[in-house]
Amino acid sequence: MSVEEGVFYVIAAITVMGGMGVVFARNVVYSALFLILALLAVAGIFLLLSAEFLALVQILVYGGAVTILVIFALMLTRVQDMPAALDSPQKPFAFLAAAAVLAILILAAVGTTWPGQTEKINAIPLRDFGDALFRTWALPFEIASLVLMVALVGAIVLARGEDGE
Amino acid sequence: MIADNPWIDAAVRTLLVALLAILVVLILIWLERKVAGRMQMRLGPMVTGPYGIMQSVADAIKLLTKEDLRPATADRWVFELAPFAAFVPSLLALISLPFTAHLFVRNLELGLFYIVAVSGLSTVGLLMAGWGSANKYALLGAVRAAAQLISYEIPLVLAILAVAMVSGTLNLVEIVNEQGRVPYIVWQPLGFAIFLIATLAELRRNPFDIPMAESEIIGGPVIEYSGIRWSMFFLAEYVNVFVLSVLGSLVFLGGWNWPLGNEVGWPLQVVLILLKTSAMLLLFMWLRSTLPRLRIDQLMSFCWQVLLPFAFVAIILNGLVLVYEWPDVVLGLLSGFAALVAGALVYRGSRRAVPTPRWPLAPARGID
Repeated sequence: MSVEEGVFYVIAAITVMGGMGVVFARNVVYSALFLILALLAVAGIFLLLSAEFLALVQILVYGGAVTILVIFALMLTRVQDMPAALDSPQKPFAFLAAAAVLAILILAAVGTTWPGQTEKINAIPLRDFGDALFRTWALPFEIASLVLMVALVGAIVLARGEDGE
Repeated sequence: MIADNPWIDAAVRTLLVALLAILVVLILIWLERKVAGRMQMRLGPMVTGPYGIMQSVADAIKLLTKEDLRPATADRWVFELAPFAAFVPSLLALISLPFTAHLFVRNLELGLFYIVAVSGLSTVGLLMAGWGSANKYALLGAVRAAAQLISYEIPLVLAILAVAMVSGTLNLVEIVNEQGRVPYIVWQPLGFAIFLIATLAELRRNPFDIPMAESEIIGGPVIEYSGIRWSMFFLAEYVNVFVLSVLGSLVFLGGWNWPLGNEVGWPLQVVLILLKTSAMLLLFMWLRSTLPRLRIDQLMSFCWQVLLPFAFVAIILNGLVLVYEWPDVVLGLLSGFAALVAGALVYRGSRRAVPTPRWPLAPARGID
């Protein structure tokens, strides 16, 4: 087993542990902290794949901003304020849905023929990455930013309420 | 390569980073107390060693031997792990800082972006500390810190992006070499102003020390900590101050290259970069002793209404200059003009009579 493989298994184990923590922690703040762990470990996997830019974006956006906003919101609530979220009659349905998704994922993973030995990955220069993003795929990029913009404006409109204040 | 074995090499480099961090923090804390003392017509520490130079060492020993307390109601794991979550990112940022073209722990191709990305992570530590302490003041401080750091990260990143557009790289060594004889502060005064203000806010220093605000929330997230865990927060804070000061002098002040050029040899270059860093540090300390603290609503409206639009102006100006290949002088003049407009807007805003808050700060029902 090469060093890369060993590092991959360590990182993958951390990712899975983080993911399990998110689901099984009884405390929502714990869940959010485990989420940060899982997302940072994913950044580690990106690093292993020589996708340095993607890894840094993952750290900046998910580790540094999105999950902090999640914790920010969670800290202002208390667990006893929302008992319904932790224990609700919909539990069996949630279990069924989760089991179905898991079954589909396992079937897909087993059914796929994975390519064996692949070529060594070379890091893509940032310049080429930028070219691809803003020249070749400029339209999808703009559409994605437009969608985010609409979501942002919508959130502000909802938060302001109907009387405009 | 320091050693042949990559594992030993990595271990030695990590050790060097840790030693550098501790040395920097000991010096910075002593300097900060000395400078603040002089500005308030005091002497500062004088007893321990000549000019009190050993005061930081004495304090460090005191902190290490102090009892490590944990409140009974605190959340055990979150409380005890929070100092590490705050401290590790600042060490990570230190790794990729070049001091000359050949003196660095690791020069990354995306170094500039890397430093911004990892230093954003330390917010998690403050949030954990604030929530884990089970203390209202700590929680208030953590929430303030999260709001402030997320908001000011955006203008900081945009100001740096403006520079990266012109230099065409994110490698810090190449950015310094790209500047040549004229540092970017000449062509990008607006970018530098935004960087400086956003840096102050990211470092939570006056006038932006709202999350720590001793006179309001008694130190915020660190209120319940003592001994070594308390000192880890301050280690992280001062390492961050150092990292962003070096970053500012590399990106905007020409690093080791200006004004002597690349031929003077590395000892002089190290002196040069440390001089520029010290200038930034002294500016931060000066501001700390002279400016009062902002209110949280002033902080937020300043970020979103002034800094962010002008950061976009800086990017648009750079884009225009790049696309139409205008000379650098045009960029310098436009950017300087925009910086003046921003200054005038802020001055006018600060002279206006204080308006009554549009939203009640405390709802009539009250938060229990």
